[in-house]
Amino acid sequence: MGPAADHYPHPHLLGIEGLTPGEITLILDRAQHYAEKNRSADKTSNILAGATVVNLFYENSTRTLTSFELAAKRLGADVINMTVGTSSVKKGETLIDTAMTLNAMNPDALVVRHGDSGAVKLLSEKVNCAVLNAGDGRHEHPTQALLDALTIRRHKGRLHRLNVAICGDIAHSRVARSNILLLNTMGSRVRLVAPPTLIPSKIDRMGVEIFHNMEEGLKDCDIVMMLRLQLERMEGSFIPSVREYFHFHGLDRAKLANAKPDALIMHPGPMNRGVEIDSEVADDVERSVIREQVEMGVAVRMAALELLVQNHRKIGGQA
Amino acid sequence: MSPAIRAKGAGKKAFINARLLDPVKQTDETGGLLIEDDTIAKSGPDITEGTVPDGFEIIDLGGACLAPGLVDMRAQLREPGFEHQETIETAGKSAAIGGVTTIIALPNTDPVIDDVAGVEFIARRARKVGLAKVFVYGAVSKGIEGQEITEMGLLHHAGAVAFCDGIKTIASARLLRQALSYSTFFDGMIVQHPEEPELSKGASMNSGELATRLGLSGVSPLAEVIQIERDLRLVEMTGGRLHFAHISTGESVEVIRKAKKRGLKVTCDTAPPYFALNENAVSDYRTFAKLSPPLRSEDDRQAIVAGLADGTIDAIASDHNPQDADSKRLPFAQAAAGAVGFETLLPMALELYHNGHMSLLDVITKLTRTPAELVRIKGAGTLAEGTAADLVIFDPDRPWKIDPYQFHSKSKNSPFDGRLTQGRVLRTLIDGREVFSEGA
Repeated sequence: MGPAADHYPHPHLLGIEGLTPGEITLILDRAQHYAEKNRSADKTSNILAGATVVNLFYENSTRTLTSFELAAKRLGADVINMTVGTSSVKKGETLIDTAMTLNAMNPDALVVRHGDSGAVKLLSEKVNCAVLNAGDGRHEHPTQALLDALTIRRHKGRLHRLNVAICGDIAHSRVARSNILLLNTMGSRVRLVAPPTLIPSKIDRMGVEIFHNMEEGLKDCDIVMMLRLQLERMEGSFIPSVREYFHFHGLDRAKLANAKPDALIMHPGPMNRGVEIDSEVADDVERSVIREQVEMGVAVRMAALELLVQNHRKIGGQA
Repeated sequence: MSPAIRAKGAGKKAFINARLLDPVKQTDETGGLLIEDDTIAKSGPDITEGTVPDGFEIIDLGGACLAPGLVDMRAQLREPGFEHQETIETAGKSAAIGGVTTIIALPNTDPVIDDVAGVEFIARRARKVGLAKVFVYGAVSKGIEGQEITEMGLLHHAGAVAFCDGIKTIASARLLRQALSYSTFFDGMIVQHPEEPELSKGASMNSGELATRLGLSGVSPLAEVIQIERDLRLVEMTGGRLHFAHISTGESVEVIRKAKKRGLKVTCDTAPPYFALNENAVSDYRTFAKLSPPLRSEDDRQAIVAGLADGTIDAIASDHNPQDADSKRLPFAQAAAGAVGFETLLPMALELYHNGHMSLLDVITKLTRTPAELVRIKGAGTLAEGTAADLVIFDPDRPWKIDPYQFHSKSKNSPFDGRLTQGRVLRTLIDGREVFSEGA
């Protein structure tokens, strides 16, 4: 391994795009360390003692917010949660106004979720601290892809030469984009399975295979990654009905039978049971790793915060 | 170099040793031009230092180009209603520096220019400012709401040169049919923003691989050609005169090319971003490059160049659509579409000449004569004797780097920010008065 093995060279974590296999492995290795520590009696450390982490969420997300909060607290950082929602926009304050205000308080890291693609990058250009993208529009959700990767690696022992099917609402999914980038970078093959209305234009150029039929798409897969149907982001008729969607594209035991017998079932949550996934499959303790994904989320976010804040202290702090 | 705006008396002036570009006579020759008071007294190759009559101030242009002032058939001046983005005065300064002497302004102000008082207000303000000649489009529909046609005949009499609904598509087939049909009695022209609104709803850039990678909603290039194809049927039905603004796709060019061959009264223009840039300018969520219509693929860009070269695209307009910083410093989807156009219009159009796609005279024709003819402004876009001395003098080879912070528009955004280009305006004259002179 080159220098990336012991050093994360970027000031921010805005997406998987631009990360090398070495950098991804570095984060995952560190996350693995925290995954073990989080299962022990002593879950905390003081590695980020004195640091301030601000969670700035323009979209509601109890799960991701809690995961980041827990991660920062376990590292000994001071944490402030700001769930901005749409209220500040209604009051006329822009994203940059908010960024400048928060920047004046000298945080060490900003964890940002925003409904618009590119918003987190825009914000990162205006502040002096490390910025973590906790999901921007339909663009990227890098820590989700990293926690998915850690979960896969723990079960399969590798991230290369795997057949991964990402199924469902690809069009509105930042999780899908980050996972495509990560899995391709690490040497796995990605298939997308969805009705044509939920497949974005020219996504095949990102190096994926497209399937509209679940039975064909899941054939011999090692991983079945289901996505939430994001009805709230849809304008117009992407699907005729939830009932029809589940019939053709919901994951149930019959469709899953096309995948390899030891295929893992994943879902970034929250799940719409009976819409994109059947409860029987979601709760299958032999195959489903959905709860473990949540657990790995804290570990991955601890690793990312540690690397970024330390990096900021080394290089960003001089700015 | 700090360009300044100034106005001084015209008197008698003789420009000699110029590269005269006359888009009406279709001549590109060395010669001179005489101005007497506010009009062109004479122009041609026989005007030299030795032939200038007594009493004329002689200005040797040293081989610089002299052409009719640019006629920009699509610009937003933002006054009244949006003076924080632009005023008729700041737009006039910006136009003067860009060599634009005649502006046809869109009616999407606040209030909308849908009555005679609105037309007269703009004319009065523009005369007072005196930096450019400003004409307006009347709105096609009252309040540009797409429901009822305006008093088009009265607006025409008051001075509206043509009609459009600003940056909105005339979506109602019924309304467009009525407007096209009604306007035939005074040979009015309707200008359409061709973008099928349902297909483009919520979109912020061109659809395709880049939009997918960036996670942005894309609008298919088909939204443009679908609108054009529908509207062509209405032109055929009514015999009206329809002009499509800022064409941006190859398919649009193809469809309009065929319609012209069939003899339909159809014309179109495009703007520099659509022949000088492609969608890659949007990478990294660069809101300066957020425009309407959005920047397209490289294939489309090349088709626009071909459409200009073969005459399918009649004119080049600036599509001056200034946006203040607060409208641009936002996440891409929220940012306003549009950019300053006047100050980059000539140099970007000259790229067509420098790249060998068109002759210099043909480029100038699309910036002067054809737009003037389309909107029926007599005396503009020509070097003919007795017409107003609205002129631009420029060096087509002068290299410079575009820096929006040096713009004289009130707004400072351009998709060409940082671009190295060739071609600089040296002087602009309105009615023989110098409204811009480099280094003055």
